[in-house]
Amino acid sequence: MTIVEEGVSSVYAAPGQRGARAEYRSRYGHWIGGRFVDPIKGQYFENISPVNGKPFTEVGRGTVEDIDLAVDTAWKAFEHWKTTSPTERANILLKIADRMEEHLEAIAVAETWENGKPVRETLAADIPLAIDHFRYFAGVLRAEEGGISIIDNDTVAYHFNEPLGVVGQIIPWNFPILMAVWKLAPALAAGNCVVLKPAEQTPASILFLVELIGDLLPPGVLNIVNGFGIEAGAPLAQHKRIRKVAFTGETTTGRLIMQYASQNLIPVTLELGGKSANVFFEDVARERDQFFEKALEGFSFFALNQGEVCTCPSRALLQGSIYDEFLQAGIERVGKIIQGNPLDPATMIGAQASNDQLEKILSYIEIGKAGGARLACGGERADLGGDLADGYYVQPTIFEGTNDMRIFQEEIFGPVLSVTRFTDFDDAIRIANDTLYGLGAGVWSRDVNTSYRAGRAIEAGRVWTNTYHQYPAHAAFGGYKQSGIGRENHLKMLEHYQQTKNLLVSYAEGPMGFF
Amino acid sequence: MSETTTHSRVAVTDEAAGLLRELTRQHGRLMVHQSGGCCDGSAPMCYPIGMFITGPSDVLLGAIDAGLDDPIEVYMSESQFEYWKYTHLTIDAVPGRGAGFSVEGPTGMRFIIRSRMLTDAELTAFGLG
Repeated sequence: MTIVEEGVSSVYAAPGQRGARAEYRSRYGHWIGGRFVDPIKGQYFENISPVNGKPFTEVGRGTVEDIDLAVDTAWKAFEHWKTTSPTERANILLKIADRMEEHLEAIAVAETWENGKPVRETLAADIPLAIDHFRYFAGVLRAEEGGISIIDNDTVAYHFNEPLGVVGQIIPWNFPILMAVWKLAPALAAGNCVVLKPAEQTPASILFLVELIGDLLPPGVLNIVNGFGIEAGAPLAQHKRIRKVAFTGETTTGRLIMQYASQNLIPVTLELGGKSANVFFEDVARERDQFFEKALEGFSFFALNQGEVCTCPSRALLQGSIYDEFLQAGIERVGKIIQGNPLDPATMIGAQASNDQLEKILSYIEIGKAGGARLACGGERADLGGDLADGYYVQPTIFEGTNDMRIFQEEIFGPVLSVTRFTDFDDAIRIANDTLYGLGAGVWSRDVNTSYRAGRAIEAGRVWTNTYHQYPAHAAFGGYKQSGIGRENHLKMLEHYQQTKNLLVSYAEGPMGFF
Repeated sequence: MSETTTHSRVAVTDEAAGLLRELTRQHGRLMVHQSGGCCDGSAPMCYPIGMFITGPSDVLLGAIDAGLDDPIEVYMSESQFEYWKYTHLTIDAVPGRGAGFSVEGPTGMRFIIRSRMLTDAELTAFGLG
């Protein structure tokens, strides 16, 4: 990950201010059939920037009628889209990536304004990763092959990959563009048409993006309907004419989506979060060198994206022999995190995405205190004053406690770290696995044997080893246990958007002989 | 789970009770399922009865009196309950916009859980003392 160089950029102007790199429209309809259309019932809702707590645009408040229209439009587009060659589709994805790269700064500013995350991050991670995702699936698609199996000398099984048809995708608000692209790129590459429902907290940045790239896709291949979950999300998830649902979010909605899918007998992929352990073995602190610095950065990564990451390393497990020393160094490092205006490239931690998210985090800080955890730093809402006074800012917060406490077991989705100690390897693995979830984990050790064994023993879909929070397209991502079903990223994801067609062909010149 | 008439695991604030009454008028009888996991995890999700299917993997935490003819049942998955069983939950409502399919989404308010540790008397009553 390339990080913005210090001191090279000044604060970006906010959308709506003079000199802004990104401007939002004052109102957005749904994106259906390659253009913006008004919601059928004519209703809109306000979209608030968490940077200053004020509305900046309106978006369509979709209902079942809009979902029906989007699904119909997508099926019409599928008639042609399913016949396009892998080359054509791959080339379109590459053009989308190029277009995004041309407008990287504008997209980054637009996303920051809507989500509250630092522009430092959207410039260096969210948007470049989204661009690379399109390129990766363009490449994967070109290299993908079906199969030929020889059954006997005269009989051959051909295996073709075919698209599913129209798929529904429900996107979370923590990475409004990257999480949409994680789902879109493989679905489009595989030849599917999409009806996408963004989160109601972040409905506009994906529309900002589609306005830039929409002309590159045939009309109707990608359709975006905004609205509230109960009014637009649920009708999409239970629609009788979608062939698959992909969802990222929490467990109750995940169950509801599976319930709907069971009624329609369609597949789902679910990514439902985690409570990721970041395990630091004692040899990490053997020397105060670059590796030690890297480990401290890994410790501090709970604050990346304000902790609003499904894989947030929100439990730090420190070996007892280095506990005090490492925790002290970690607290000092966390104290250097710069909190401020998300549009300032120097800012490392910005605003929480919504007011209810802010409230939830503050309530968990209270739960931590009431549950007997020791507050080591932070623990308050941050008042940044001026224009930002009404924004949703929380200080990076560290608690010490034990793994049975609720702050060690529940995904707070904020910059809140819970630290505990372990005695030896087995104790570390026991604590790491004592969770309902299994999405991510981190292992830090200079001993390759220790890190390998720990990585294999932890029940999680992704174990970062001597690193954390890297999300390359070419590495599979997904959950064990209650963290979900299926994988995203990697060519494996193409399979989640494909049917297997088998042609079983006989070249024998005579009958089989049964009749 | 043993329960007495004087102890309950769940409660509701006046603000949330008012919202539940309004939503009941709109959607009919409601229930609540406490979520876990990412994004809007930890939010109490409120649905019309019949929309969300509960089963053997769920625990009925109790029922809240929102001033309606029928109390509103509050559920949580059994696995999550293992970690939450020492906690008393109060359903509150704050301005905000949640994702998920919970019925209050369009109102501009969001149900949120306030928690406290169970008292010694409650722990005894629930067989956890």
